[in-house]
Amino acid sequence: MPTVYVNDQPVEIGDARLNCIEAAGKAGAFIPHYCWHPALTVVASCRMCLVEVGERKPDGSVAMQPKVVPGCQTPVKDGTVIVTSEYHKRPAGTAPLNYDPKYGTPGERAKLAQADTLEGLLLNHPLDCPVCDKAGECKLQDFSYTYGRATSRMVDDKRTPPNKPDISSKITLFTDRCIMCSRCVRFTREIAGTAELTIVSRGDHAEIDVFPGEPLENKLSGNVVDLCPVGALGSKDFLYKQRVWFLQDTPSVCAGCSTGCSITIDANKDAVYRLQPRENTEAQGWFMCDEGRWGFHYVNDADRLRRPMAGSVVQPWSEVLPAIRSRFAAAGEQGPVALVLSPFLTVEEAYLAAEWAQAYPRRKLFLGPVPVVGEDDRYPKDRQGRAVEPTKFTIRAEKAPNRRGIEAVLARYQGEVLTFDKFLAEAKSFKAAWLTAGYPRGTGYPLADSPFTDEQAWQIAGIPLVVVQDLFASPVSKVAQYTLPAGAWAEKDGTFVNHAGLAQAIGRATHPAGEARTEGQVFSDLLGRRGLYRAADVRSGLAEMVPAFKDLPVLPVTNGTRLPLPLLTGGSRA
Amino acid sequence: MADNQLTLLARVDKPGSHTLASYRADGGYRAFEKAIKEMQPTQVIDTVKASGLRGRGGAGFPCGVKWTFLPKDHPGPIYICINADESEPCTFNNRVLMEKDPHQVLEGAMLAAFATRASTVYYYIRYEYGPAYRATQAAIDELYAAGLLGKNILGTNFSLNIYTHRGAGAYICGEETGLIESLEGKRAWPRIKPPFPAIEGAFRKPTIVNNVETLACVTHIIGKGADWFKSMGVPPDPANPRDAGSYGPKLYNLSGHVNKPGTYEIPLGITARRLIDEYGGGVWKERKAKAVVPGGLSMGFMTESELDTPLDFNGPGKVGCLGLGTAAVTVVDDQTSMVDVLYNVCRFYAHESCGQCTPCREGTGWMFKIIDRIRRGEGRLEDLDLLAEVGNRIGIMPGTTICGLADGAGWPVKNAIKKFRPEFEEYIRSGKKGRALQVAAAH
Repeated sequence: MPTVYVNDQPVEIGDARLNCIEAAGKAGAFIPHYCWHPALTVVASCRMCLVEVGERKPDGSVAMQPKVVPGCQTPVKDGTVIVTSEYHKRPAGTAPLNYDPKYGTPGERAKLAQADTLEGLLLNHPLDCPVCDKAGECKLQDFSYTYGRATSRMVDDKRTPPNKPDISSKITLFTDRCIMCSRCVRFTREIAGTAELTIVSRGDHAEIDVFPGEPLENKLSGNVVDLCPVGALGSKDFLYKQRVWFLQDTPSVCAGCSTGCSITIDANKDAVYRLQPRENTEAQGWFMCDEGRWGFHYVNDADRLRRPMAGSVVQPWSEVLPAIRSRFAAAGEQGPVALVLSPFLTVEEAYLAAEWAQAYPRRKLFLGPVPVVGEDDRYPKDRQGRAVEPTKFTIRAEKAPNRRGIEAVLARYQGEVLTFDKFLAEAKSFKAAWLTAGYPRGTGYPLADSPFTDEQAWQIAGIPLVVVQDLFASPVSKVAQYTLPAGAWAEKDGTFVNHAGLAQAIGRATHPAGEARTEGQVFSDLLGRRGLYRAADVRSGLAEMVPAFKDLPVLPVTNGTRLPLPLLTGGSRA
Repeated sequence: MADNQLTLLARVDKPGSHTLASYRADGGYRAFEKAIKEMQPTQVIDTVKASGLRGRGGAGFPCGVKWTFLPKDHPGPIYICINADESEPCTFNNRVLMEKDPHQVLEGAMLAAFATRASTVYYYIRYEYGPAYRATQAAIDELYAAGLLGKNILGTNFSLNIYTHRGAGAYICGEETGLIESLEGKRAWPRIKPPFPAIEGAFRKPTIVNNVETLACVTHIIGKGADWFKSMGVPPDPANPRDAGSYGPKLYNLSGHVNKPGTYEIPLGITARRLIDEYGGGVWKERKAKAVVPGGLSMGFMTESELDTPLDFNGPGKVGCLGLGTAAVTVVDDQTSMVDVLYNVCRFYAHESCGQCTPCREGTGWMFKIIDRIRRGEGRLEDLDLLAEVGNRIGIMPGTTICGLADGAGWPVKNAIKKFRPEFEEYIRSGKKGRALQVAAAH
């Protein structure tokens, strides 16, 4: 088995082709880096990941290279010896390798080189951390603290290039904070393909810039803000809204489309401030699109439904739920009832809703409207806007996070997946209908309005008892006897299944707006379950009922579980 | 003046020396014709290897060995790039060849292409060399018209195209991978190695980058034989196991404070003192030399007492210089302030650092700011140690940069502080202002 030695600790690397950063990571040693990113080409220019490398010969002797090398650019093979700047912090009792005594203390070269690099990076950096949005999550702060010198030897004036707030409508550039790692430039060239960003001028006058008249406007532009290790590129949407140390990070999944990007929701005091992609090679990779990134504002929208309504009368939950229960029971006596499961529900909620519907022998379950906008949008693109293979990122046309999960539940309880059109066609036959919805809307989001149309509402209005639970008023809520405020995706925990059958956990970042309750809570109450609804509590039941989800109770939260596709029946949109 | 036979410069004074007719009248393209009709490519490589020819561009890498780094049996195309981005300060030996005897270089390039089975030669010429570009382009046009370039040259199955490409004015384009990036139409940021250009170079194909003067030497090596070439110069220094010897004629550029600046062809190994005294007519105005640059600014400085150092690939290193470099010798007389000299040096590298690697981008700018402050009379004695340390910490040698520009930026600073420290200290203590031309800061 190929073995690499990281700070004297052997680690087996298997067949993987790794660089020193990755190999050290396997051994639990972190090598700081700026320009290197696993999704981008290696440029080895920031010179932060400098390490000492050598080779352990079969006789046990170690031949070290006399100079430092960038870890990102240096591949490892069997016998490679990596010494990082934190060699002196290796676990006590680690037996040292057989270094040549003339080599000196291992780690000293890398330590000095990294301190030099940081001193260089700070020469022209304004050190305006108190007013910088990145402060608190800035790699220049973090690495300076760990690997840098406490003082600078520079007594001369710093360079003060003007800021460039106009490089994009969404993103601003604080030119002086830039450390020229060129991640953003490589992202626009290699992932988005649109290549808006470039570098102008040479030496310490080099700056990130856009070409005249071609601002940074593409649907993946926000990623450059995440990629920026310092506070140079800022999202105008988030700028100066919150200090990052007030934000609570909740691992979750973007609900914007069926790609299901792994994200973190950054929230404070029940308001969502920012979404950031989370690395997940099982799902989308490293990035997310701007529609998802900045399309969350409907969660905080003041226009959301906040209180349960019976017709136009506000009623407390304590009255509205018993009323609905008895009226539904009565309707069920008279004829068939319909339950529409929205693709914005979690699978746990869909399961509870389907369980509740079991009380009605003449029931029919339908899949709610699945919004589709345009066609799948693949990146990178060339300058003419045509997608280039291999695809590195896809924004999917299906603007719902969990169609496949809902379909799996429907297939189990219904035997087949009945579409919303079928529901409309049969609407006249139902004595009562419960429509779950939770459709987002708003500026920046691909869905400007509810997918329910006036015509559909007119068809639905023929049903004597209509209950709708949604985020916003819609044509259907106007004809419904009961309108219940729903929980947005950031307000619930549960499971979404993306286009490829990957089940991922979403996390609750905020409380539901106003008096809103999540669908899971409502059906939990209707089923007579006690206490607060938690997705984890219903997973074992779900796993028993729906074979596709049998692994769900042990779902790894981080990168999700790929569910067996044959068990996830339904539409063919992959 | 020494009585050596001129080879590289033999024709430059002739009227019409740049034309094909004149070149052929002097026996031009016979070596090429002989090679493609009678020799195997490997024979050409072996001859060049046997001659001990080392690259004239600055690094001094053995030329024939470089050619053998190309992958065997590569389906092609293989490219040759001629590095005519001669931008090392005070260096102008390629220029005379390109302007006055362009066919000599082209023949060498064609021989190199034949030896390496390259199908295309890119002639990368720095933008500032207008006359050189025009002479070269005219020479290439003549070659096509004469059937010496194009398909099936002289009835053989050897085909070759040569394209000129003009740079846009950056020092970094002279670094071979920077040159390749620039040739591809990109920003000239040197590439990380490996892969080396011989494996993956221009347009991701195997590429050999050779200097203009190197290729001119190839012409004569094939024409006159490896033994002729090896009869000139200096054998390897037994004290230095890494020295491969310095053979053949070399164009020395002499500039600065000498009576007769110019380009002189001399077998490798002449001492700096002989070059200055015998060829350059001595230091001007009856003065003495204070410092001498052995081969382009990046190589550092020699003091007066070190002038008996032979200017071969091994010599300058023995007195603490980086190497022979381009053999562009610049003389600084004893009336010149080293503070002003170092100011100009640092200004150049701060302006020309490509900005890719942090240590060089920030280090060159920092060194310039420090020396600028010293020159303005606001220096501190500790600045000298700081300068020397920054100069010492940037470059390929400590491993902190991708290319050698930073080594070249740091070396003259280290050298100057080490060898002329009393002068810098005296300058700082006196608090006086710079006397030389108040050159506006580059930025």
